[in-house]
Amino acid sequence: MAATQTEPAVETVTVKVDGRAVEVPRTMPNWEGNPEPTTVLQACKHAGIEIPHYCYHPKLPVAGNCRMCLVHVAMPGRPGPDGKPPMSEDGTPKVFPMQLPYEPGTPRGVIGCATGIIPGMEIYASSPETREMREAVLESLLINHPLDCPICDQAGECKLQEYSVEHGQPESRFAEVKVHKPKAVDLGPRITLDAERCVMCTRCIRFTADVAGDDALGIVNRGSYNAISTYPGQPFDNNYTLNTVDICPVGALTSDDFRFQMRVWFLKETKSLCTGCGTGCNTVIGSRENKMYRYEPRRNDAVNSDWMCDAGRLDYKWIGRDDRLAKLRGPNGDITWPSALQEISGHLAKAAEGSVAVVTSARQTNEELFLLNKLAKRYKALTDSVPRKGEADHLLVAGDRNPNTTGAQLTGITTKRVGSRLAAIAKGIASGKITTLIVFGEDVTQHGIDATLLGKLKLLIVSDILPNATTKKADYLLPGCAHAEKRGTFTNVKGRVQKFTKAFEPPGDAMPEWEVLHELVHAVTGLDGFNSIEGLFNQMAGEVKAFKAAGLTWAGLGDKGTDVKL
Amino acid sequence: MKVDRTELTWWERLYLPTLLNGFKVTLRHFFSWKRSEVYGDKQKNYSAKTTMQYPEEKWDVPTGYRGAPYLVKDVDDKTKCVSCQLCEFVCPPRAIRITPPGDSGVVDREGAEKMPKEFEIDMLRCIYCGFCQEVCPEEAIYLLEDYAITGESREELVYDMKKLLALGGADKRAYDHHVQDGVGDGIKKWETKTREAGEQPKFH
Repeated sequence: MAATQTEPAVETVTVKVDGRAVEVPRTMPNWEGNPEPTTVLQACKHAGIEIPHYCYHPKLPVAGNCRMCLVHVAMPGRPGPDGKPPMSEDGTPKVFPMQLPYEPGTPRGVIGCATGIIPGMEIYASSPETREMREAVLESLLINHPLDCPICDQAGECKLQEYSVEHGQPESRFAEVKVHKPKAVDLGPRITLDAERCVMCTRCIRFTADVAGDDALGIVNRGSYNAISTYPGQPFDNNYTLNTVDICPVGALTSDDFRFQMRVWFLKETKSLCTGCGTGCNTVIGSRENKMYRYEPRRNDAVNSDWMCDAGRLDYKWIGRDDRLAKLRGPNGDITWPSALQEISGHLAKAAEGSVAVVTSARQTNEELFLLNKLAKRYKALTDSVPRKGEADHLLVAGDRNPNTTGAQLTGITTKRVGSRLAAIAKGIASGKITTLIVFGEDVTQHGIDATLLGKLKLLIVSDILPNATTKKADYLLPGCAHAEKRGTFTNVKGRVQKFTKAFEPPGDAMPEWEVLHELVHAVTGLDGFNSIEGLFNQMAGEVKAFKAAGLTWAGLGDKGTDVKL
Repeated sequence: MKVDRTELTWWERLYLPTLLNGFKVTLRHFFSWKRSEVYGDKQKNYSAKTTMQYPEEKWDVPTGYRGAPYLVKDVDDKTKCVSCQLCEFVCPPRAIRITPPGDSGVVDREGAEKMPKEFEIDMLRCIYCGFCQEVCPEEAIYLLEDYAITGESREELVYDMKKLLALGGADKRAYDHHVQDGVGDGIKKWETKTREAGEQPKFH
C-alpha cells in the first residue's frame, strides 16, 4: 500500500472497569446506527466484560425495564469553587461510589444499558455489591417463573437459565403459590405465547413497533398478572413476527414451526444465506443428522441487521421433501456419475456451434453460473435465466425473488432484462437450429419452452432438485444440491457477494452442481479449472470484470461478504 | 519398562499341587451348608446348599442394581416422560433415540404440553450406566431389575415406547418416595399446577 488512509480520530473517554483503565469511544452507534453517548454496558463490553441483560438489545431502542444490568459505579466529584475536582490525598481525582440518598452506606446501582459514561468514572462490574444486585433482580424475575425447562423450547439458549447458573440462588426462597398465567396462547399464525415464562422485557413490543412498523403487541393487566397480548381479535401476523422468537430472552414466544421439534443443543449451526429473495439475508442453519430444523438470522449490518422475514425463514421445507431427486438417470435408466459425465461430454464434444442453448436458474451459485457460461461460450450458445418477481417491502424483502440474479448478470448468463432471450431459444428449438438444451434448476415448460418443443431436441440435459415437467423429459437427469448441501456464493441485489457453507449431505446420487460442471467444462473445452470451491471462486474473481475490480478472494469474503460495483 | 519373570520353582512346575488346590476349593463348597445371600428365599425349602436351576430359578436382585432402563408411568397410568431429550443427550453409547412430538405435543393427560412421539432404546447398545435415570427431571426412566435381555434379531432388541412403558409399569417407587418425603402428589406436578391455576383469579 502506498498511502494508508488516515482514519478520523475517534474521540475517547477513559473509564475504569473493575479497576482497569479502559479507553472507550465517546459515542457509539445506537439501535438505528446514529452516534449516541457510550453507555456503561457498552463500555464494559469494550473492556471484555459482559454485563447480564434481558431488555437491552443492540438493535432495539433502550427501555431499561428488566434491571438485570444494574452495576455499582463511582462518579468523579463535581469541580469546587476553584474549578478543580476534589482530590484524594495521593493527588488523584477523588471518586464517590454511588449510594442510596436515604440510606448512606448502602450501594446504589445504575442500569448499564441507559447510563452514559463520563470521564474518570469507575465501574465495578464484578464487585460483590454488583453481584448482590444481580442476584436480587434475578430472584425477583424467577418468583413466578415456572420450572418448565424440560419442555421449554428455549432451554439451552435461554438467558434466564444462563444467568441462573451464574447469579442464581441454589434454592428458591419463595414459599407461596406461583401466579399461573395462560400457557400456549395462539398469538398469531406462527407464534405461540407462554405468558408464565415472560420476564416483561418488552423486546418483542419494541421490535414489532419500531423495527417492523406494526404496533401489534402490548402489555395488559397489572402487577404479577401482566402479560404480553395483541389487541383482542387482532392476530400478530406481519411478515416479521418470528424475529420476536429470536430476541425473546426466555421461552415466552415460541415459533409454531420449531415448537417441540428438536432440543437446541442437538442442532449443528452452519453459516448460510436465505434464498427466498435477492436480499440474501445472512442466516444460521440448525440441522441434526441430515435434517434441517430451522433458519435463524445472522447479524450483518450491511444486509439484514439482526432480522429476517417469516417467509424467508420458513422457506426451507423443500430441502427435506420426500420427492427430492436423488437418482441419476440416463437415456437407458440408472447410470453412475463417471459414465454419465463421460457420455454427456461425448455428446457435447460433437455438438456444433450455435446448436446448444442454456437455461439456468438465478438460484444457482456464482461459480455454477460462471462455469455454465464457459460451457456456453464454447458453442456461442444462447443463455438466459428466468425472472421471478414479487412485491418488495419496507424492510428486507426484495422485489426480485431470485437469490442470485445479479450473479447471473455479472457472469454473463443473462442481461439486464432477465428472460428476454427465452423466446429466441424457443424459436431456435422450433426451427431445429438448437438441438441440445442444458437446463439448470428451472422448469422451462412454465417459461415458453413447452413439452412438445422439448420433444424436438436431440439432447436435453437437466439438473434440478425437485421433479417437474422438464425433469420428466430429460435425457440426462442430474440431481442437484440445495444451498444447504454445498458451498458457493450468491450476489445479492445490491451487489454484495456472500458465501454460504455446507450444513449436511445431499440425498442419494445428488452432487453439487459446480463439481459436475467443473468436470464437464474441463472435458469439453479443455480449459483448466480448479477442483476446489476456493480455487474456482478465485479463478472466477480473476475473470469476471466486476469481481476483478473489487479484488475478491474466497478468503477475503469472510462471513459477511464484500460489495462489488454494479 | 522390562519386567523380569520370576523363575518357577520345581514344586510350582510340578503342576499337580495347583490342581489339588483347586479340588480343595470344590470340596469345601461341596461340604458347606451355608447358602449365598443372592439365593435369598429361593432355596429355603432345601436343607442344604444346591445349584440354582437358572433360568427356572433366579437370584434376588439386590437393591440399587442397575438393570435395563425402562420408562415408567405415573400412578394414574399416564406417561411421565415429557420428551426433554436429556437422556438422549447424556447417553454415552447413544442407545436412546427420541422423536419429539412437534407442534401438537401428543399428550395423553390434561395440563401436560409435551410427550415423546417415539422413544427407543437400543438394548444392545445400552451399557447400564444409569445416567438417563440420574439426569431425568421427571423421574420417568429407571434402571429396573431386568438383566437377561435376549432376542433373536437386532431389530427386536430396539425397544419402542409402547414396550418400554409396558415393561416399566406404574411408578410406585417414585410415588412412595415422594409420599415419604412429604411432597405428596409432587410427582403429578401437572395436576398440582392445574389445580393451583384454577384457584387463582382470571384476567384473560
